[in-house]
Amino acid sequence: MIRFEGVEKQYPGRGGAPVRALDGITAEVRRGEIFGVIGRSGAGKSTLLRTINMLERPTGGRVLLDGTDMGALDAAALREARRKVGMIFQHFNLLSSRTVYGNVAFPLELAGWDKARIRAAVDPLLDLVGLSDKRDRYPAELSGGQKQRVGIARALAAEPKVLLCDEATSALDPETTGSILRLLADINERLGLTIVLITHEMAVIKEICHRVAVLEGGRMVEEGDVFDVFVHPRHETTRRFVAGVTGGDLPETVSARIAPGWEGQGSPVLRITFRGANANTPVISHLSRSYGLDLNILHGRIDQIRGAPYGTLVVEAGGPAEAVRSALSFLSSNELGVEVLGHVPATLVAAG
Amino acid sequence: MSPQLLSLLADATLQTLWMVGAAGLLGTLGGLPLGVLLAVTGRGDLLPHPIFNRVAGVVVNAARSTPFIILVVAIIPFTRLVTGTSIGTTAAIVPLTVAAVPFIARIVEGAVREVDRGLIEAAEAMGATPWQIVAKVLLPEALSGILLGLTLAAVSLIGYSAMVGAVGGGGLGDLGIRYGYQRFLPEVMAAVVLVLIVLVQLIQTGGEALARRVNKRNLKT
Repeated sequence: MIRFEGVEKQYPGRGGAPVRALDGITAEVRRGEIFGVIGRSGAGKSTLLRTINMLERPTGGRVLLDGTDMGALDAAALREARRKVGMIFQHFNLLSSRTVYGNVAFPLELAGWDKARIRAAVDPLLDLVGLSDKRDRYPAELSGGQKQRVGIARALAAEPKVLLCDEATSALDPETTGSILRLLADINERLGLTIVLITHEMAVIKEICHRVAVLEGGRMVEEGDVFDVFVHPRHETTRRFVAGVTGGDLPETVSARIAPGWEGQGSPVLRITFRGANANTPVISHLSRSYGLDLNILHGRIDQIRGAPYGTLVVEAGGPAEAVRSALSFLSSNELGVEVLGHVPATLVAAG
Repeated sequence: MSPQLLSLLADATLQTLWMVGAAGLLGTLGGLPLGVLLAVTGRGDLLPHPIFNRVAGVVVNAARSTPFIILVVAIIPFTRLVTGTSIGTTAAIVPLTVAAVPFIARIVEGAVREVDRGLIEAAEAMGATPWQIVAKVLLPEALSGILLGLTLAAVSLIGYSAMVGAVGGGGLGDLGIRYGYQRFLPEVMAAVVLVLIVLVQLIQTGGEALARRVNKRNLKT
């Protein structure tokens, strides 16, 4: 759907050395998915989003939308292509001089639709975002959440193929953020609309994204399925983002006892990840009964990713090395994520 | 005051209104597009054209820095070319307009530049042409500020119009100087000042009310 091919963006720097806002980004956004880009401010995520509709022109590489090289279009063709890319903004960017209806009708007016056709298109959209009763109000009379709903209706008016969300919930309170995210997820599901969103909040990614890319200093340091990235963050930046919403990794008192690696000595410490249907299987009692292990639960947590529950348990597995190995193979064959974090040395086991 | 003086006052008031009205209208016709062009042709603006922007800026500044009374005299040949005469109320409209155009242009430029860049970006993202952005985003969003600026311009024009007595333009200022000051008729001077105060108040109040009406940015929820 959208392909970034070695996208680069350089700005002339103040001291002479150019600033690299984007440094060779290659990625693909699939049709119908919600693709999240996360990064701290200045990581280049806003620039990356704007290369899709050429509000920012890359200084290197290409951006393909449905196979069309957006950077190669002339002004008229680009305007035509932009109509098929909806965009919503952190500060909504509604026209203060137009009513709710007028704002949603705006892109259609630009496209030269006649009044009757515009009306037929706008009214159902106001219904969709739940603002039919605010039709003739001005943006100044609306709350932040309502303004963003107008923004969404306006972005959808020209029936775009892609919706770009530029920190769309960053100016909203948590409750309103939730309702806007649910609306976006609903639109994605009902209309099959591809959504690219950028945010600095991992909670937003966790709530609605299918896949995520992590940006740091203009480079993409990690990309993948949201669940995988959450459960096994590889890059330091990603870990910090994940820790920000899950409340961190092991508590200090627990991690202090663990020595790295496990080659059969001491008691291994395992992190078991439950997901979806597996979350309900009585794994722990099964391990203890069938493999004769003594399981000491060190840490546990249940969370939700895109509405599906997942849990992680960190356990210390006491028992013969052979039994532990069979238990490990049982766990991985059952699609339960399992990871050996290290081991508790025998001396500490005896003491503890 | 004698009936003759009252009739002079009425005539002078009408002359002032005619001069200010005509120069205001013509000044807006010239100043509004010029101001919009100044606002959108700068480097990095919607329709960048740095050469036009620089030249227009210099001309506007030159016109604005010329004292009005000197402008009136300096452009007498031009005035004669346009109206066929350099004397009289109608002739006075020419220098008033020439002064109003750059003044209004700067005011309009300021109001247009005040429009949130995010709105321009949003319109660009929707596939708007630059001229659509001017007509459908910049002008409607800047309208309230433009109206306040035009009010200011109208009040300034009333002040300028007092000086066109120098070329036989007539009007309230001229009446005040010739009758009130030179003929020692303080009651005429007082009447002139009173009428001017009322005129300015009316223009200011009306302009502000209009600007408030079109401004939808601070509505109570």
